[in-house]
Amino acid sequence: MATIGYIGEQLKEPEAPPVPSRLHDWLVTVDHKRLGIMYIATALFFFAVAGVLAALMRIQLAFPNGTFLPPQVFNRLFTMHGTTMVFLVGMPFFAGLANYLVPLMIGARDMAFPRLNAFGYWMFLFGGILLYFSYIAGEGLAGHGTAPDVGWFAYAPLTERAFSRGTSTDYWILSIIVSGIGSTSSAINVIATIVSMRCKGMTLALMPLFVWLMLVVSAMVVMVLPPLTAAQIMLLLDRYLGAHFFDTQAGGSAVLWQHFFWLFGHPEVYVLMLPGFACASEIIPVFSRKPIFGRAAMIGATIAIGILAVGVWAHHMFAVGMAPVSNIFFAAATMLVGVPTGIKIFNWVGTMYGGKLRFDTPMLFCVAFLFQFLIAGLTGVMMAAAPLDWQLTDSYFVVAHFHYVLLGGLLFTLFGAVYYWFPKATGRMLNETLGKWHFWLLVIGFHITFDTLHFAGILGMPRRIYTYAAGRGWEGLNLVASIGVIFQAAGVACLIWNIIHSVRKGALAGDDPWDAWTLEWATTSPPPEYNFVVLPEVRSSRPLWDLKHPEDPDWKYE
Amino acid sequence: MNLSRQVACLWCLSIAAASAEPVHPVGNIFDPQATPAESVYHLSILVISVCAAIFFVVAGLLTFTIVRFRRKTDDHDEPAQVYGSSRIEIAWTVIPILIVLVLTMATARVVSAIQGRRAEANALQVTVIGHQWWWEIRYGDLGIITANELHVPVSSAAKPAPTFLRLESADVAHSFWVPQLSGKTDLIPNHPNNMWIDPRQEGTFLGNCAEYCGMQHANMLLRVIVQSPAEFGKWVAAQKLNAALDSRADEGRETFLALSCISCHTVSGTSAAGTFGPDLSHMMSRETLGSGAIPNTPANLRAWVRDPQAIKPGNLMPNMQLNALELDEVVAYLSSLK
Repeated sequence: MATIGYIGEQLKEPEAPPVPSRLHDWLVTVDHKRLGIMYIATALFFFAVAGVLAALMRIQLAFPNGTFLPPQVFNRLFTMHGTTMVFLVGMPFFAGLANYLVPLMIGARDMAFPRLNAFGYWMFLFGGILLYFSYIAGEGLAGHGTAPDVGWFAYAPLTERAFSRGTSTDYWILSIIVSGIGSTSSAINVIATIVSMRCKGMTLALMPLFVWLMLVVSAMVVMVLPPLTAAQIMLLLDRYLGAHFFDTQAGGSAVLWQHFFWLFGHPEVYVLMLPGFACASEIIPVFSRKPIFGRAAMIGATIAIGILAVGVWAHHMFAVGMAPVSNIFFAAATMLVGVPTGIKIFNWVGTMYGGKLRFDTPMLFCVAFLFQFLIAGLTGVMMAAAPLDWQLTDSYFVVAHFHYVLLGGLLFTLFGAVYYWFPKATGRMLNETLGKWHFWLLVIGFHITFDTLHFAGILGMPRRIYTYAAGRGWEGLNLVASIGVIFQAAGVACLIWNIIHSVRKGALAGDDPWDAWTLEWATTSPPPEYNFVVLPEVRSSRPLWDLKHPEDPDWKYE
Repeated sequence: MNLSRQVACLWCLSIAAASAEPVHPVGNIFDPQATPAESVYHLSILVISVCAAIFFVVAGLLTFTIVRFRRKTDDHDEPAQVYGSSRIEIAWTVIPILIVLVLTMATARVVSAIQGRRAEANALQVTVIGHQWWWEIRYGDLGIITANELHVPVSSAAKPAPTFLRLESADVAHSFWVPQLSGKTDLIPNHPNNMWIDPRQEGTFLGNCAEYCGMQHANMLLRVIVQSPAEFGKWVAAQKLNAALDSRADEGRETFLALSCISCHTVSGTSAAGTFGPDLSHMMSRETLGSGAIPNTPANLRAWVRDPQAIKPGNLMPNMQLNALELDEVVAYLSSLK
């Protein structure tokens, strides 16, 4: 683009700096937008890796008495798949979305602690690299090159020295501690930013729902990562310094590990899911052309989830042999936390009802999310009934349930978010046709695999088995489930190709391609480093709606 | 694992042949054959009905919405900007809470009924001890120790004969799951648990260890063999006897007792008193080897003794490096332990 200097003279466009210099800029950046993109790109990379691990497992399980993988390899695969998806995909997606969007949505120039932001990213990345380094350097029962094989929740005493010799389990412990430091840093930063850097006029009550949800998620991260870290340190003490916290052969308690782990682990799944709710709460209103239905109720429900979620952990332990009163308490609490979650679903539907729905790719993903998350929540209610959980826990039914939550729920909203905010981050639209291919392939594949696996659990198939005999009623179901993987992989391939292609050749987006209402759309795409030329001042929760509709602004009704 | 492939085909035939009674290999939780599983089944009908109703209402509304409120192609006006409705919010908060109350009460009733039952005075009590990757089964009152197969008498409303299980573990966490008989209960070291079953149908029920316990978790299968009182009595009598002293297997017995087999295995009435591995006193009365890894046939027995690692890699019985003569003799001896 030519610029005119003094009359008549055309100035040359400054040349792009050399590649090493540009790479260096990314390496040392503290700009929340760049760090957000780095978080999300890395999360997508680990997602592809963990997806390959899953595909390998489904090949092994497609037929009875499979010989594609030996048991030690399979056991490492499910451990690494789960650990990667939770800690190296789900958590960085939260951090990436929050770091990119929160300052923009609250009208700030950056996060409260930009260097802490960078520190968090690099800790996350190094933690991930440390986990996968175990494939090269870990020592275990199967000799050299053993990644952890104790399952992603690493129950004691299987993780004690006596049963997990070598260092593979230590890679699991240390990599999660390291990347957990990253997650905690992000959470602290998000809280500080939201509390202290909102633009003029934006009271807490007027913040976008996305920002509310990120605030609650961050508070949960700060609260629940410590029990996990504490338990892992106790396990290290057991393994190396002669402690016996979880060493049952010396009087320690295996159940204690489970309490510590699930005290973290259950709120963790809400930590994973709430950012998905955050994306849905922004996308659904825009593509319904209506404000979110019941804003106050949505905020209240979010806070209720944040509080109740820390009181239900032992529903992962119904089969452990707790007293009846404990089982009944946790059953009741678990069903109760389903109430605010259900309220959110009802409010999203209420937002769409009476609207003028546009089914662009972000909205397609959010509609599928609503159906799938509804089912996921209901299978969760089924398992909240403790006696029913005695049948369904540790079977493929619960595997199907949590994949419904995390793939059918979280990942669908995250993909919707990618299509929705990619134009803002890069200035170019993702291709809509490829987006629809991605969507339909993923929906079809997801349902082929995970609808089917519910029935394998109902017919008695336990989880984490590397093979099974014929004649148990599981063969056909497993073959069908494995075939679904092909469609899912094809769908994700469409996304990756779409991103690679559109980053350079996508249609130009402009500031506000979706006709949306929150502050990130009030600046250029991509935003300049300083985000806004002039920091905005707001009077309602939809500042751009007020600007576009001065005759009917939100602040008259809120 | 060519061996696994080969035996797979013989699998169902062998099970059917080994036991004259019906085999129940498919653990369908909706086909209960004992009271605990049945209580769970009845609760599940209620819970699933409620969940299904919620699904149809909400999914129906969502489907209606996406069809009815689709934007028409040239319509660029914004719809009425509705912010919410307190009345609706209260309604769809109160109704779910009421549903939660009902489901909690139903759940509490079943939890108490199943967990609250204590062993009656003369009831059969069995201790099941989980090991990495097999089940040790001890009938304390009857003085029987066996492995991987839990024999119990059949129960009926007219003549109830429940079996009470005490669940322990020698190493890591395992879980006892035979879906048609009961929900699962974990076997956790240092944390004994209790459960009970009262199977109503004779036959063999298959189950699996349901808590990941290491490399061969997949091959830690469980058999509950439900027998008529008469058959059960015969089985008990046979198990109580010391191991058979078949004179044709004398050489084999001498070889066996001289090798380090006895460090891990017990054969009653001999000097073999190891407790690390399964009790072999009546091993030929069992349907499988390796806790369900392969059917108990002469060829399979030979293959297992020659190299257990080829069949169940990672299991805690090492390849004993027997030469051909030792192998023949040991297999001959073991084959005599009916």
